[in-house]
Amino acid sequence: MSKPHAIIIGAGFTGTATAHDLALRGFDVTVIERGDICHGTSGRTHGLLHSGGRYAVKDQESAIECITENTILRRIVPQVIEPNGGLFIALDESDLAYAEQFIESCEECHIPLEEIKPQEALRREPHINPRVLTAFMIPDGTFDPLRLALAFAGTAKRNGAKFRTYTEVKKLITDGKGNITGVNLLDLKSGKSAELYADIVVNATGAWAGEIVETVGVNVPVKPTPGVMVAFEQRFVQRTVNRLNKPGDGDIVLPQRRMVVVGTTSFEVDSLDYVPVLEDHVKLMIERGAQLIPAIAGAKIRGKYMATRPLIGGGEGRSVARTFKCYDHKEMHNLDGLVTITGGKATTLRAMAEKTADVVCTKLGINAPCVTAETPLLSYRQYYLQPNEDFS
Amino acid sequence: MSPAKWNIILKIHRQKQGEAPHFEEFPMQVDPDEYVLDAVERVWAFMDRSLCFRHACHHSTCGACGMRVNDVEKLTCITPIREVTRDGATLKVEPLRNFPVVSDLAVDMGTFYSRMETVGARAVLPVSEAEIENPPTTWDADESQYIRLADCIECGLCISACPAAATSTEYLGPAVLAGAQDQGLKRNLKLLELVDSEDGLWRCHSAFECTAVCPSFVDPARRIMDLRMQVIEERFKRLFRKP
Ligand SMILES: Cc1cc2nc3c(=O)[nH]c(=O)nc-3n(C[C@H](O)[C@H](O)[C@H](O)COP(=O)(O)OP(=O)(O)OC[C@H]3O[C@@H](n4cnc5c(N)ncnc54)[C@H](O)[C@@H]3O)c2cc1C
Ligand code: SF4
Repeated sequence: MSKPHAIIIGAGFTGTATAHDLALRGFDVTVIERGDICHGTSGRTHGLLHSGGRYAVKDQESAIECITENTILRRIVPQVIEPNGGLFIALDESDLAYAEQFIESCEECHIPLEEIKPQEALRREPHINPRVLTAFMIPDGTFDPLRLALAFAGTAKRNGAKFRTYTEVKKLITDGKGNITGVNLLDLKSGKSAELYADIVVNATGAWAGEIVETVGVNVPVKPTPGVMVAFEQRFVQRTVNRLNKPGDGDIVLPQRRMVVVGTTSFEVDSLDYVPVLEDHVKLMIERGAQLIPAIAGAKIRGKYMATRPLIGGGEGRSVARTFKCYDHKEMHNLDGLVTITGGKATTLRAMAEKTADVVCTKLGINAPCVTAETPLLSYRQYYLQPNEDFS
Repeated sequence: MSPAKWNIILKIHRQKQGEAPHFEEFPMQVDPDEYVLDAVERVWAFMDRSLCFRHACHHSTCGACGMRVNDVEKLTCITPIREVTRDGATLKVEPLRNFPVVSDLAVDMGTFYSRMETVGARAVLPVSEAEIENPPTTWDADESQYIRLADCIECGLCISACPAAATSTEYLGPAVLAGAQDQGLKRNLKLLELVDSEDGLWRCHSAFECTAVCPSFVDPARRIMDLRMQVIEERFKRLFRKP
């Protein structure tokens, strides 16, 4: 029997991780991406390998997903991770009041936690606010966004997955009986159009997921929610630094190469393809970042940028759940052959892929277990070592 | 208060498969403090959806958005428009040199990445093994657990700017030699044969263009000089080891 063919639209974290998972489960995989790897949200992620601490109090489902996946990623893709840990620091009474809930919730979610005295926190991180009242160490980390996706994509490629980059999906093809059978493509490198057929189409276009399914007249509840980040030209800390309080704007500083990056905000937009970096959000990042690390106030800005979260469901900004959702359009809209995976976080990319591949396998009656949690990824450079697919 | 907008013409290198390369002009309004990459991305978003370019992190950590801006290699995500043109002027954007063009501004990193892999250039370095410009005041015993990324972001700007790379596609190039230096012959003596060759260390004629364009403080030129010293030292060692 020939291998089942899966088309994955989108080569961000979700698409590349799903390609890796399906390739290991014996699928013939073709990934279609209109830019290069990480053209959308994924490349511009803050880069925090969440321990779950940030979500422990409000959203335990996300927090547990994070600590589980954080542990797995450290094992399978250490090449792109700085496993330095993170600090949650209290700077005022309201932060101190939050501590009790924080400790309790982290314990409930099995997130390892160590309280450290202010002097010790300052010894480990001399640049944090000297007014620190108490601090907690948790297993946060940072990752290199592009290379995280490349490691999944490169390993998928070595296992036979094909990548067609600079190729846009124009619409989904239906068989006239309510089933999706393939996609209409435009190769942006040559201007040529083509049709490609598959047993299953996976829509992994993140914040753009709604645009893809709109081509067959249905919708998915994705709420694109951008945020602004600012990078500064000095590596003030070796660990991530969080404000010990409920998640808010500009309350995470993390080290990346010789920089620190402060993020983020949360707002809504109409047009997704270009979101401006709002100047007042940049100011807010400097202000809030300087509360955690005072030297940020005088530091040179290296980059100002933004990315758009694909949040799912209703609700407002930060109150929307940060977990992910895999939609089988057969169940939702009586459209067979199409699955949409969206929401979630970089940290949970592998789990999102596992869930999606499970749904795909069940739909196609294929019995193949997920092995990604035990499979170390190959070097991220593998992605560029093997040529991409072109239309012949 | 945002500064006055500028009107500029973005002159972009276009090349589709099977077509001759040419330039296309996109007049646009920009904020002089936004980055060159923002303007390129807006062309894609609002003016021409077929524009191909590489980009990912938008803050100089991934190395994908290297291009030639008014004839100089730049990491476009951190290059403010103000620094490279003026109100009413043209801003020329081209793909990196010495790389095969995939389309428009996008180049193929295959050969470069494969050489980086061959010399074992590491993306993640333990703090104890990497130079840090502003280290914390104290490092304690368990510091070995702190790992940080190396600073070469594999952007290829140095390869594009290097006059020696233009003379031979076989030349390893500055970043690759810098990666080998970072590994060190002490750690990996197998590198000796690779770098001690015509298309290795000895093709470099010290133009220092690589260090001039490197956006990530890697200083490949200095590393090449250092690696030459390592090679010479190794040759001497071998000379005296012989019976
Ligand atoms: C400001 C901000 C900060 C964040 N910080 C963190 C963090 O620190 N840690 C963390 O774990 N998570 C973080 N996240 C979340 C994380 O970045 C996202 O959840 C994740 O990147 C989404 O990945 P994705 O693959 O689903 O979407 P994307 O990366 O957007 O991928 C979708 C891809 O589909 C492509 N595409 C769209 N339409 C088409 C088409 N028609 N044809 C072909 N291709 C198409 C796009 O080009 C894109 O590459 C952050 C998000 C934001 C917004
Ligand atoms: S040495 Fe510098 S210029 Fe060359 S690839 Fe590395 S970061 Fe880029």
